[in-house]
Amino acid sequence: MREALLLGILIFGASGGEIAVSRGMKSVGEPERLRPRELLSFLWRALRNGWFWTGVPLLALAFYSLLVLLSWKAISFVIPASALSYVVGTLGAKYILREDVSPARWIGVVLVCVGVALVAAG
Amino acid sequence: MGHELRIRIKTLVMILAMVVCANAGDLMLKRGMTQIGAVEISAAGLRHALLMTLTNGTIWIGILFLTGFTLSYMTVLSWADYSYVMPAGAFGYATLTLLAVLFLHESVSPRRWIGVILICIGVLLVGQTRPRTTEVAVRGVAA
Repeated sequence: MREALLLGILIFGASGGEIAVSRGMKSVGEPERLRPRELLSFLWRALRNGWFWTGVPLLALAFYSLLVLLSWKAISFVIPASALSYVVGTLGAKYILREDVSPARWIGVVLVCVGVALVAAG
Repeated sequence: MGHELRIRIKTLVMILAMVVCANAGDLMLKRGMTQIGAVEISAAGLRHALLMTLTNGTIWIGILFLTGFTLSYMTVLSWADYSYVMPAGAFGYATLTLLAVLFLHESVSPRRWIGVILICIGVLLVGQTRPRTTEVAVRGVAA
């Protein structure tokens, strides 16, 4: 039971955190060129973004849930189970970030999700 | 060069940087922690491990690579879809398996090879969709 709860926190924390960071980076806007000075000012804008700082604690929460889960369960259970975050993340991208997830992209995501589960299961 | 093609190439280069940095970082951490040896779970053991990791050069190289991973992830998300970058980043699992076979001489089960093949097909499918399907904020107009 506590494993399921923590797995939920891991999956939703990781997806939620990355969606928040993604939203933040979209509002920061891309750097015009990939030069050191441009990148530094880009990074500075990101560090002052509220969405970015919404994502960071969620990602930290997901990371600590992962560490605790790894201390309870084998890695060959934890990583395949957390591969579900590919599907949860894509649902978030579609409904929260309003990205256009085409059928080809969905099939790709599901294949990646199953593939990661198989690789991690060993 | 067309606008769409420019975005596609830029995105693929950044995803490649992400995958290389994540793989190199993980391998360095693994090598560094092997040098340090198994961590003993006690107050003294954890303190010792912390000191050893902070003074280990290989661990710092790993941290540097993982910082590079985070920065390239943030940068590519500033223009490309999350639902494009996230599954494409899983390509790292496939390359890490190949690196483990080539350099660490680990043996890989048939199930794991099937996983690698599925990831590659999945990444190819996602890769041929448009990297960006939403509007991006004008530079400097941060929320």
